Amino acid sequence: MAHIDTDEPTRRDFLYVATGAFAAVGGAAAIWPLIDQMNPDASALALASIEVDLSSIEVGQSITVQWRGKPVFVRRRTAAEVEEAKSVPVETLPDPIARNDNLSGDVPATDANRAAEGKEEWLVMVGICTHLGCVPKGQKVGDAKGDFGGWFCPCHGSHYDTAGRIRKGPAPQNLEVPVYSFLSDDRIKIG
Amino acid sequence: MSHEITYTPSNAFTRWLDERLPIMGLAHHMLEYPTPRNLNYWWTFGGILTFCLLTQIVTGIILVMHYTPHVDLAFNSVEHIMRDVNYGWLIRYVHANGASMFFLAVYIHMFRGLYYGSYKAPREVLWILGVIIYLLMMAAAFMGYVLPWGQMSFWGATVITNLFGAIPLVGDAIREWLWGGFAVGNPTLQRFFSLHYLIPFIILGVVVLHIWALHVPGNNNPLGISVKDEQDTVSFHPYMTVKDALGLTVFLLLFAYFVFYNPNVLGHADNYIEADPLQTPPHIVPEWYLLPFYAILRAITFDIGPIDSKLGGVIAMFGSIAILFVLPWLDTSKVRSARFRPLFRQFFFLFVVVCLGLGWAGGQSPDRTIFTSSEVIGTYESAGEADAAIAEAVSQTDATADMFKKHDVIEDGVYGVEVERVDYAFDVASLSLVLTILYFAYFLILLPLLGLIEKTKPLPESISKAVLAEKDA
Repeated sequence: MAHIDTDEPTRRDFLYVATGAFAAVGGAAAIWPLIDQMNPDASALALASIEVDLSSIEVGQSITVQWRGKPVFVRRRTAAEVEEAKSVPVETLPDPIARNDNLSGDVPATDANRAAEGKEEWLVMVGICTHLGCVPKGQKVGDAKGDFGGWFCPCHGSHYDTAGRIRKGPAPQNLEVPVYSFLSDDRIKIG
Repeated sequence: MSHEITYTPSNAFTRWLDERLPIMGLAHHMLEYPTPRNLNYWWTFGGILTFCLLTQIVTGIILVMHYTPHVDLAFNSVEHIMRDVNYGWLIRYVHANGASMFFLAVYIHMFRGLYYGSYKAPREVLWILGVIIYLLMMAAAFMGYVLPWGQMSFWGATVITNLFGAIPLVGDAIREWLWGGFAVGNPTLQRFFSLHYLIPFIILGVVVLHIWALHVPGNNNPLGISVKDEQDTVSFHPYMTVKDALGLTVFLLLFAYFVFYNPNVLGHADNYIEADPLQTPPHIVPEWYLLPFYAILRAITFDIGPIDSKLGGVIAMFGSIAILFVLPWLDTSKVRSARFRPLFRQFFFLFVVVCLGLGWAGGQSPDRTIFTSSEVIGTYESAGEADAAIAEAVSQTDATADMFKKHDVIEDGVYGVEVERVDYAFDVASLSLVLTILYFAYFLILLPLLGLIEKTKPLPESISKAVLAEKDA
């Protein structure tokens, strides 16, 4: 092969690099569908919202519903539970952020920012421990509710209070409040 | 010592074949391959592991003929295999216990390598390929455990995939990508099934490389000195094939004990309950062979600078395996075998104890207390008086209420309530942390240092001289 000594890149050098770059981009574009097929598909996304009837829940009771394959806790809290949650200074919480998907920005984890807007007895949260994804106990009568009267995760010992905020244990964040809205006084739509 | 292929075709057909594909020469090399004459029974685990891999592949292919990878059908199809399929119970028990036997053998094989310095030059690539096989084995075993879709399958998958959520910024996206949804579900089961079928064949490919990388420098041996001439070696067949066959037979006795007499002792009873996404079992544990890593994961309960405890645990867990890749360069001693390294030998056995301790800790609840430093502050006639005493102690000292424990006691026939102040409790999480530190210290501090300070024993001149000297004595 002819070898030409020159500092200037030749036309052949340019074509060589351009071909290589084109092949690399094309290769990446061809691989993307193979990777993206593993992301949540249309049928999983289609199940993104559910409606829940709240009319049968008495004060102090909780129900668990399934949304996007995950348990969602709905609790109608007693006045004492609400008072207890309100009395905790936000700055003493391990996670001072509300983690409420209905509110924009990192608002403080006050009880008002955790509970349903204008209906402070209702608490709706994804029932998945923010540590490693177990379902905390505390929904059923007779369940361990932890040191703060809310929920207790048996896997690695995280304690949540009556507003679903982490108080003790390895979990890094408060239980997530999903996007939801009241359709009427006794019906909510989650998602 | 690289072995030349000395095969000469003996008839017209093999001559014809040899010119086109020298496969007969390869087979000839495998049989004539010179092995050190002093190999002991710890060296039979390579053959045992090959047997384990082939057993898993054969039984796995059969199980797939009867199994259905769908969340609604998987659990029942496994029960169908157990109850209806001819010998289904046998094939499934061989496959399930075969995984445990595979790991038992691989751990013995790895500790053999650690003890006799088989990872050192010129066998670094051989060792690294082995670590890759081990990683692939863990991935295959984890995904395989998910397939029966029992409670431990589901929650094990949930906990392990949630580990990836600890990765900053992209953690949540990676988790949903792994799940194919917003939680472990049918897409997760189906992709795990696909990969569980694939990985053993990747392992088979890496095993071929592993054996290739073995046959270039040749076997290490209990003396750890290099083979010098033909006096030091014997032919693989029949000497090692027979030795391997005996080792395998004894191993199969243990295998058969588990399959026929105790097939569920290594599993968890909760996996015979169908997966329920709304109900977490009280105590999630992985299979026994992953327990040491589970203990390391849970040992980090505190934040380290910007790294929170969850990410810290994940980094420590992956780090504990990643460190094996650089082991050949962490050990500074030129002497391979522990036989000539008196200090290393003692620390090696301590390291084995550390690994077993981590395995034990991984199976326990992290808050289980091992020992406490406490003081009985008094015995009272009723629980009310005991509570009053605790309240008084809290107000007068800097102790907090959760440090006190009450026990019912009966002394000389009189009922009382004893109050104990627990000043310090050493629990499983603390033990895991101590053992994790020792695990890393072995690789990062001990091995680099020992090579510099240790006075090793004199090495024998050659394998054959050492063998003959032993025989004379």
